[in-house]
Amino acid sequence: MENQLNFEKAEEILNAYGRQPSSLIAIMQDIQSEYRYLPQSILEYIAAGLDISIAKVFSVATFYENFSLEPKGKYVIRICDGTACHVRKSIPILEALREELGLSAKKHTTDDMMFTVETVSCLGACGLAPVLTVNDKVHSTMTPDKAIALLNDLKEGKEDA
Amino acid sequence: MSKGIMYIDGKRVAFDGEKNVLAVIRKAGIEIPTFCYYSELSVYGACRMCVVENERGGIEASCSMQPRDGMKIRTNTARLQKHRKMILELLLAAHCRDCTVCEKNGRCKLQELALQYGIRNIRFQDTREKFELDKTSPSILRDPNKCILCGDCVRVCEEVQGMGVIDFAYRGSKLQIMPAFNRKLSDTDCIGCGQCAAVCPTGAITIRGDIGRAWKAIQDPTKRVIVQVAPAVRVAIGEEFGMEAGENTMGKLVAALKMMGVDEVFDTTLGADLTVMEEASEFLKRLENGGPFPMFTSCCPAWVRYVESRNTKYLPNVSTCKSPMEMFGATLKAHYKTMEAVDGKGAVVIAIMPCTAKKGEAQREEFKRDGLNDIDYVLTTQEISTMIKENGIVFKDLESEATDMPFGLGSGAGVIFGTTGGVAEAVIRRCSAEKNTNMLREIEFCGVRGMDFVKEATVTVGEKELKIAVVHGLKNAQDLLKKIDAGEVSYDLVEVMACWGGCIGGAGQPTGRFDQRKARAQGLYDADQLSQIKRSEENPMIMALYNGVLKKNRHELLHVHYGKQD
Repeated sequence: MENQLNFEKAEEILNAYGRQPSSLIAIMQDIQSEYRYLPQSILEYIAAGLDISIAKVFSVATFYENFSLEPKGKYVIRICDGTACHVRKSIPILEALREELGLSAKKHTTDDMMFTVETVSCLGACGLAPVLTVNDKVHSTMTPDKAIALLNDLKEGKEDA
Repeated sequence: MSKGIMYIDGKRVAFDGEKNVLAVIRKAGIEIPTFCYYSELSVYGACRMCVVENERGGIEASCSMQPRDGMKIRTNTARLQKHRKMILELLLAAHCRDCTVCEKNGRCKLQELALQYGIRNIRFQDTREKFELDKTSPSILRDPNKCILCGDCVRVCEEVQGMGVIDFAYRGSKLQIMPAFNRKLSDTDCIGCGQCAAVCPTGAITIRGDIGRAWKAIQDPTKRVIVQVAPAVRVAIGEEFGMEAGENTMGKLVAALKMMGVDEVFDTTLGADLTVMEEASEFLKRLENGGPFPMFTSCCPAWVRYVESRNTKYLPNVSTCKSPMEMFGATLKAHYKTMEAVDGKGAVVIAIMPCTAKKGEAQREEFKRDGLNDIDYVLTTQEISTMIKENGIVFKDLESEATDMPFGLGSGAGVIFGTTGGVAEAVIRRCSAEKNTNMLREIEFCGVRGMDFVKEATVTVGEKELKIAVVHGLKNAQDLLKKIDAGEVSYDLVEVMACWGGCIGGAGQPTGRFDQRKARAQGLYDADQLSQIKRSEENPMIMALYNGVLKKNRHELLHVHYGKQD
């Protein structure tokens, strides 16, 4: 899959930041929103473009939870596990979704590349706890049952993210 | 640079330009413990062992403090001791404790400090997952389970060598040091210089050992074991036995090798002389043919690996000469082939080198002939000293012995190969038309000697003015290449050594700071001074070789074309 990646976009992003090594994080954020993750070959490309070592780029990419080195599914479901959501039982929601999709703490994305399930530390919506987001859409006061229903809606295309 | 007086444990100490409080404390004669601090590298402040207490009871890392006039600190209060012990205990809790079978046993900083601080009990459980060892590099071995995350290797790779092959990855309790994408070292551009192993305080990065294989060959009666000793080894190995850096112990080393059962001991200096002859004639030929310039020296295998992997456009500029070790290895194998036909003893060539990259060089396909390596094993200075100790030999008290003939004779020009500027100086001696002592003095002061990172010299050969540069530290070499690229500078000949100080600062040597490197370099210049043969072409063995074993296949045995197979 990586072979067909388009380097032109990466080149554009590099130039937009004037090929400054100090803009590495911003560049990777743009790369991630363009390619939906940080493909290895693109990281090599930007390391060469910025004249920094690939180990340094990898170091920064793995430091931040928000960067992903693996392709993510069409729908990225983030379950908030901040204090407020946690005490209002976010973990059973996570477990229900994982079980339904056959995922685990190690495997975040379904084989059909439809769903990615992750936790985040806080979405800043504690009043609506427990919350989850599908891509950028917030779903509030969730329960395991509501989460499964949402999943089915997404599968059937009733709900879009 | 600031100047002033500070008070360390109540004692007045003057400071003048020291870059941090830690340096002032050490100047005052207090050996403050550190894992992550090397004065030559950038300050990182990770290990927190160097903490001191200020007057207000605040605890700070002295490596990251600027000295101030009137500053009062204490270095060894009860709180600090408790603090340091806790750091050690926590480090040990997450560290393999099989010290007796560790490669670094006896030379490990963690072990040393645990002993010094009397750590007897670890209260915490080790819950980390176990990681696989990386055995793919011919030069170094990486064991992530022994890593204490001080980052010394990361900084030396980036700041000294400009390679940046390894770096921190992940975060918090998952933090590790690894190449990008956790690749094996063999899948990276690692040049095998081993400087990461030299600075590693624990056994997380060590040098690939060949001691077992070397013993097996030495003890095999059907083999003729031939050893060649590189110039830089003789001025450093003494340090392993309590002698001064720079003391020339070649004679003792020969004696030790003979006691161990080695059949013949020769001097790589002769290989260096061959290199001078070949490199000088290649250089003169390039002058006739108009290039390509600059011509780069090819003695340093780490440098060659760098050009091959990251700067291939300069491959045609790298001299086609093999390194002295490989020239000598090929010559020895060719010579002893005829002997083997007589007594049936196969030759095993062991090279004792200050270098870890040589281990990789010895295994290269280019240096195999008839399926056999020209060099069978490379042992570092440290490895051979371990073998000497293993044999119970009291090195210090040995009577010196001379190297064997016919390959034991080297010139002063060959000996100085071991230090930065040595190769350039030897080639200049060869190329200059005047062969008197005055000329030697002039060459000595032309600018190639010393520990400056980039040295320049201009010498006249025939009617031409030649510009020569000498650079050590691969990062400095890369910076110089950028200047050459930009057209800011131009040279005819550039000598490059990957390690600081040249081979005397190689990672196979007993580890040393800059001062020791200077002393080792001086040791080599002293050896040159005492040598009756000052120039490579005056070495009678050279002519004998050219008329003998090298007569028919000089090019095949002495030259190599890197990067051809790609």
